[in-house]
This record gives sequence, structure tokens and C-alpha cells, in this order.
Amino acid sequence: MLNNLSLTDLTSNTPAFIAVILLVLLVLMAIVGPYLVAYAPDALDLDSLRQPPGKAHILGTDSKGRDILSRIVSGARISLSVGIIASALSLCIGIFFGLIAGYFGGAVDAFFSQVFDIFLAFPSLLLAIGISAVMTPGLTSAMLAITLVGWAGFARLVRGITLSLKEQTYVEASQALGASSARILYRHILPNALPLILVAGSLRVGGFILLEAALSFLGLGVQPPTPTWGSMISLNRVYINSAPWMVIFPGLAISITVISFNVLGDFLRDKLDPRMQV
Amino acid sequence: MALFILKRLVLFIPTLLGVTLITFILMQSLPGDPVLGMAGEHANPETIARIRAELGQDRPLPLQYLGYLKLLSAGELGRSYYTNRKISDDLFEKFPNTARLAFAAMLFASVIGISMGVFAASRRGTNWDRVVTLLSVGGISIPVFWLGLALMLLFAFYLQWLPPSGMGNGSLMYIILPAATLGTFSLSYIVRVTRSTMLETLSQPYVAAARAKGLSESNVVFKHALKNALIPVITLIGLDLGSYLNGAVLTETIFGWDGLGRYALDGILKRDYPVIMGVVLFGAVIFVTMNLLVDISYHFLDPRVRVRTER
Repeated sequence: MLNNLSLTDLTSNTPAFIAVILLVLLVLMAIVGPYLVAYAPDALDLDSLRQPPGKAHILGTDSKGRDILSRIVSGARISLSVGIIASALSLCIGIFFGLIAGYFGGAVDAFFSQVFDIFLAFPSLLLAIGISAVMTPGLTSAMLAITLVGWAGFARLVRGITLSLKEQTYVEASQALGASSARILYRHILPNALPLILVAGSLRVGGFILLEAALSFLGLGVQPPTPTWGSMISLNRVYINSAPWMVIFPGLAISITVISFNVLGDFLRDKLDPRMQV
Repeated sequence: MALFILKRLVLFIPTLLGVTLITFILMQSLPGDPVLGMAGEHANPETIARIRAELGQDRPLPLQYLGYLKLLSAGELGRSYYTNRKISDDLFEKFPNTARLAFAAMLFASVIGISMGVFAASRRGTNWDRVVTLLSVGGISIPVFWLGLALMLLFAFYLQWLPPSGMGNGSLMYIILPAATLGTFSLSYIVRVTRSTMLETLSQPYVAAARAKGLSESNVVFKHALKNALIPVITLIGLDLGSYLNGAVLTETIFGWDGLGRYALDGILKRDYPVIMGVVLFGAVIFVTMNLLVDISYHFLDPRVRVRTER
């Protein structure tokens, strides 16, 4: 189904094209940005506290005199890596259990579906809080929490896809030929499920990034002085009235990132999900 | 019909038990004494002894879990580390505030969301449609806490139309900003779903028939199409409760709203584990219960579902 997608599809859809460009720029910024900025992200400059955007500091300085632009560029690494890695991990775990539940059916399906439902019974942020609160806050706890929150949604989705795919004739043929379940799952069902999984994944990355931002905002993610977009907002929000740029710019960074992922996800869904072919 | 409700309840109970199991596992993973994780350090010795007796650390874990269930069914969620108040008391005191905020947010989200969705569907392909679609994508992409701060900056500090924070003894002016903040995420989803179901409904044969009969466009849209399009949207409104519980933690913090969310945040900041676990458990129970109610009401709302299940 991926052959339906071509480069001209992308360039002809302006919002999606812009989204992809923005994401590429973001990734580049995360990778090389920290080497190119004028100031170190934790370089204190007690003479220029809370400076508005100006010539010396393009986006201004925060309450400790640190350059906001540098901090946003460094923060991109954390937000993007946690968001993408946690999505990838929960995708893998979800695909694994979803395939098993959907393909084997019966008691196996009933058991796993119940497990999925239990994890999905928690409001996502509350569960993430519960998980990261019991560990020492940091990069690992945030990634683990987000992964554990997200896997069940993917699992349920993959289970649904597997349920419909396993009725296909080529699966029946493989079974008649004596192929093992693992082979059928890996060679037949998974490749055909991939486009829909890709769509779901890209639509959820944004949510994972927002979850990471929320955890940092609450103080449960990566700890200061390492800059993350969420913690930048929470640390500086008391100055919202006097120095709003300290809060506006990190939030803008989060929003632009998530919007780009969502627009891209919508684009992929329009192109790859057969149900949406109106 | 009663059978349907019964079947749903049967599925509800293992999920609820599973939720308590996960909370129990989380509590066991806490640094330090799990009994203190429930009782709080400053609880009086009798409370600690009673909880320790039930959780019974000399007993194997499954029996400890059963003891935990026994405590829960007696309404015992433990006590805060710091205030030593019963967590169940705190929750019942603060939950109405969160419920009020969530209700206001839901009202905001559904009224504006459905209107915008219908509007966009009726103006499909035009610039209005594109604007609405862009706004709705923005609405699900913006962090709740940032949106709250931005709205506060604009309406409370620059324009000075609304108070920046606090609950103001129930005065309406104080609930507007938090409700708008909390409801925006849900609103955006509702706009998207309403728009797509309206588009789908409007392409149905019976709509073409209604138009051919000579009915006015507004009659067609509102009397016929909208009712059918609304069904998935109504379930969405109920299910979005999850987003309100999540968002409440962030929104209440920013606007100084004394509800469950801020209670949870205080617990997080002070590492008040009994509070954190209590809120997580309570939030999940509310969420599951609401989903159950929405599920049951869906059965009544959509005659097609009723016919299918009663066959």
C-alpha cells in the first residue's frame, strides 16, 4: 500500500509539505543545534536576567539569565527523543501483544484484551504520574512511564487489524501449507498491517510529546538544570505577566512540533487508510 | 435489555480489579515502607497498625493484595504524609470542584465544538472549512498548561476582562478561563468528529431523498442529518472525561482551582505518595465508571445498536 504514496502526493499537499519541512528542521536543530548556538544552555548571566528578545539574545533570557534560544534548541533533543523513542517502544510492545491477541483468539485474546482494557482504564497522565512518581525522576522514568501508558492503545489497534487480516485467503493458504504461526504473523499479517500502524503511530507521537511536556512541567521528567520545554514553562510561569516570552517561546516550540506530527499523521491517514478513501 | 447491562457489568468488574492491582503494584514499588505509603508517616500508631495488619507484610503478596482490597472496600485510602487527613475525605471534598470545572468545560466543548463541526461540514472545501480544520488541529496539539497561561495573559492581564486565578466563591467569571482551557482539547476532537460524521451523513441516500422532497436545507441539516451524526459525538463527549481528568491536573495548577488536579500536584511536589496513589486510583475508577455509563447510554441512543444486540 505504500506504493500509493509518491513524492508528488506530498508536494501537492501544502500543509503536509510544510509539516515535513518543519519536522526535518526540528530534527536537524536537535542534532546540530546545540553546537551552533551562541550561548551554552546553562550559562548563567546574572547581569541580564529576564531580558526581552533583543540583539544579544534573540529570544530573550530566563529568570537565571540563561539564553532562551539555546535552551529551546537543547530542549528539542529531550522532547523529540523521549517522544519518538517512547512511541517506538510502545509501538513494538503493542504490535507484539496485539498480533498475539488478534491471531490466536479465544482465551488468549480474552486474557490479553482484558489486560489492554485495564491499562486503558487509567487516564493517561494520571498513570504516567503514578509510574514516574515511584521512580527517581529523570529521562528513564519519563520514557518508561510514557511507554507503559501508550502500549495498550497500540495493542488494541493491532489486535483489531489482525482480526480482520487473518480472514484473508492468503493466510488460509499459508496455514494449509503448514506455515508456523510465527511465520504467518511475521511474513503475511505484519506487512499488511504496517500502513495502518504507521498512520496510528504518527498520529500518536504528538500525544506522547505532549505527555512528556506535561511530565516535565509537573517536575517528573528530566530534571533541571537540563532544559526541557515543559520545565522551562513551569520554572518561569510566575513571571508570566512581567516576562511572558520566557513561557511563550517554549510552548510555541511544543505546539509547532506536535502540530507538524499531527498534520503529517492526517496526511498519511488520508493516503494510506482505505476506509478514508471518500 | 437488563441482560445487556448485566453483561457490561461483568466486564466492568475485572477491569476495576485490574486497576486496583496496578495501583497496588505501584505502591509496592515505592521507595520505603509500603504501609507508610498508604498510612502516611505521621498517622497515629493505631492507623498504621491497622493498615499493616491488613497489608500484612509477613504474608505472601497475593494475600497482601486481598488485604488492600479489603481496605479499599471500607473506603480506606490511607492518609496524607503531611496533613495526616484521610485521603478519602480530601477526595470527596475536592472532587465536586473538579466535577464543576469538567462540566463547564464539557458544555463549552460540546456547544462550540458541534456548532463549528456542523459549520465546517456545510461549508466543505471553502476557506472557512480550512480555517476550522486548522484550528482543530491546533487545539489538539497545544499543551494544556501553555494554553491556560496564554489565555490568562491575554484575558486576565492584558485585556483585564477576567480574573487570572482562584475560584471566587463560585462566581461565573472565575470559571470561564479554566473551563475554556480544559475544554479546548475535547472541543477540537468534537469539531473533527462532528465534521466527518456530518459529511458522511450528508452523503447518505436519505438526505438526497429529503432534498428531493423539497425540504429546506436547514431542515435537512438540523432535523435529519444532525441527529444521526451526533451519535458518535455524544459518546465522544463522555469518553473525553479522560482528557478532563488529565487536563485538570495541569489546568487547576495554573488557575489555582482547588480540585483533584491541584491536590494531585501538591502530592507530587511533596512526594506525598498516599495522595498520589489515591488520586490515580480514584481517577481511574471514575473514568471506568463513566465509560460504563456511556456504553450503556449508547445502547439506548442508537436504535440500530439496540436492534442488533436484542436479536
